[in-house]
Amino acid sequence: MAKKNESLGKTLFVVVALCLVCAIVVSGSAVGLKPIQQKNAALDMQRNVLDAAGLLEADTDVVAVFNERVETKLVNLDTLEVVDSANGQDPVAYDPIAAANKPEWSTKLEKSADIAGIGTRENVTKVYLIKGADGELATAVLYVRGYGLWGTMYGLLALESDMNTVKGINFYEHSETPGLGGEIQNPKWVAQWQGKEIYGDEHASIELDIMKNPSQENHDIDALSGATLTSNGVDNLVAYWFSDKAYGPLLDKIRKGELNNG
Amino acid sequence: MASSAKEMKEVLFGPIFANNPIALQILGICSALAVTSKMENTVVMCIALTLVTAFSNLFISLIRNHIPSSVRIIVQMTIIASLVIVVDQVLRAYAYSIAKELSVFVGLIITNCIVMGRAEAFAMKSPPGLSFLDGIGNGLGYSVVLLTVGFIRELFGSGSLFGYQILQLASEGGWYQPIGLLVLPPSAFFIIGGFIWVLRTFRPEQVEPKD
Repeated sequence: MAKKNESLGKTLFVVVALCLVCAIVVSGSAVGLKPIQQKNAALDMQRNVLDAAGLLEADTDVVAVFNERVETKLVNLDTLEVVDSANGQDPVAYDPIAAANKPEWSTKLEKSADIAGIGTRENVTKVYLIKGADGELATAVLYVRGYGLWGTMYGLLALESDMNTVKGINFYEHSETPGLGGEIQNPKWVAQWQGKEIYGDEHASIELDIMKNPSQENHDIDALSGATLTSNGVDNLVAYWFSDKAYGPLLDKIRKGELNNG
Repeated sequence: MASSAKEMKEVLFGPIFANNPIALQILGICSALAVTSKMENTVVMCIALTLVTAFSNLFISLIRNHIPSSVRIIVQMTIIASLVIVVDQVLRAYAYSIAKELSVFVGLIITNCIVMGRAEAFAMKSPPGLSFLDGIGNGLGYSVVLLTVGFIRELFGSGSLFGYQILQLASEGGWYQPIGLLVLPPSAFFIIGGFIWVLRTFRPEQVEPKD
């Protein structure tokens, strides 16, 4: 028997048959489970958005709240126009982070302008506009990201209707050191952000800093101890995304109430 | 099945203490370090590894008389890798948040020495039923160590178990000052070392003879 197994024909037969069976099993499970996985990923993102906006309680029905109060819009960051689709996807399916990796849907940043260390910025971003109980715009949730100590930190930052006061921030993906930089997810540290104002008077300058011994009560956030580079990363992230090169003009437009017309 | 009940019992429960894959054979240490900071993740990882070991043993044993020895390692790897991908897909569909935290470590079950070791050492020579039990047994042996490590790390590192706060942390107004080292992967080395020490105190036959 052992001898028969070693023949070239038998070896080839076993290998090919095995590959066929395994390929069918693997692709079957991947294709069969894909719809559930995509639903999970979408639900996870909705949960992140509500968490950033401070609407997530333990018993929140994420889908219901999201459908009722959140409006998803795609905005071209260069022209400030609201677009119906980008990258061939509608506002719900569009992923700005995936788009940032595609040359035709993103802008490469110059080294000197790239303070957050992200390399490329997507041309079209996704904004979540959340209505208050009175139906007026209460919160806008924006994608932010920047390089920390070990890798890019991905977050969602929620602003109140003045587009200046921070409502909350949620770093939903990062690779910072657990217990040190990883504390950017600590609810106690996150709670500091609420009520802080990003811009100074007339929205002329970015005043929000992450620093040791905060000096401006209404702008500054206490840095994480033992995680200077992570804190610097978060500081740079705010400095980049709220500058004129990223969300600055868009926030101006929302403040004037013009985004809804677009 | 031809094998006796005693043999089955030995195959199933032997690997838990008498022939533990981690404590005696020092296999599969890498994932024991990586996924044990929270009990929830640890449990999922243990189930995943036990299933993969059991079913890879079963399938390899089923076709063991037809595997040409020149390509046997590749055949084993293909079966193991396919099973791991299926497990990974199922986790992503039904336990999304845990799958996100375990991330690459589920994929790394493919290279876990326990799975490969049992396939080569046991399943290639034994009938399917026994091989399946051997896979479960070794999975249990792995789980015992991982759950112990996970229990100690989560309880004393974060003051909680399965995410429920047991010890009130000093940072949240309680009394307990967590041990920061236990949150980081290297701490598992110390705990596994301690586990082996205790095990060998009770089972002196596991101590290697002096050179």
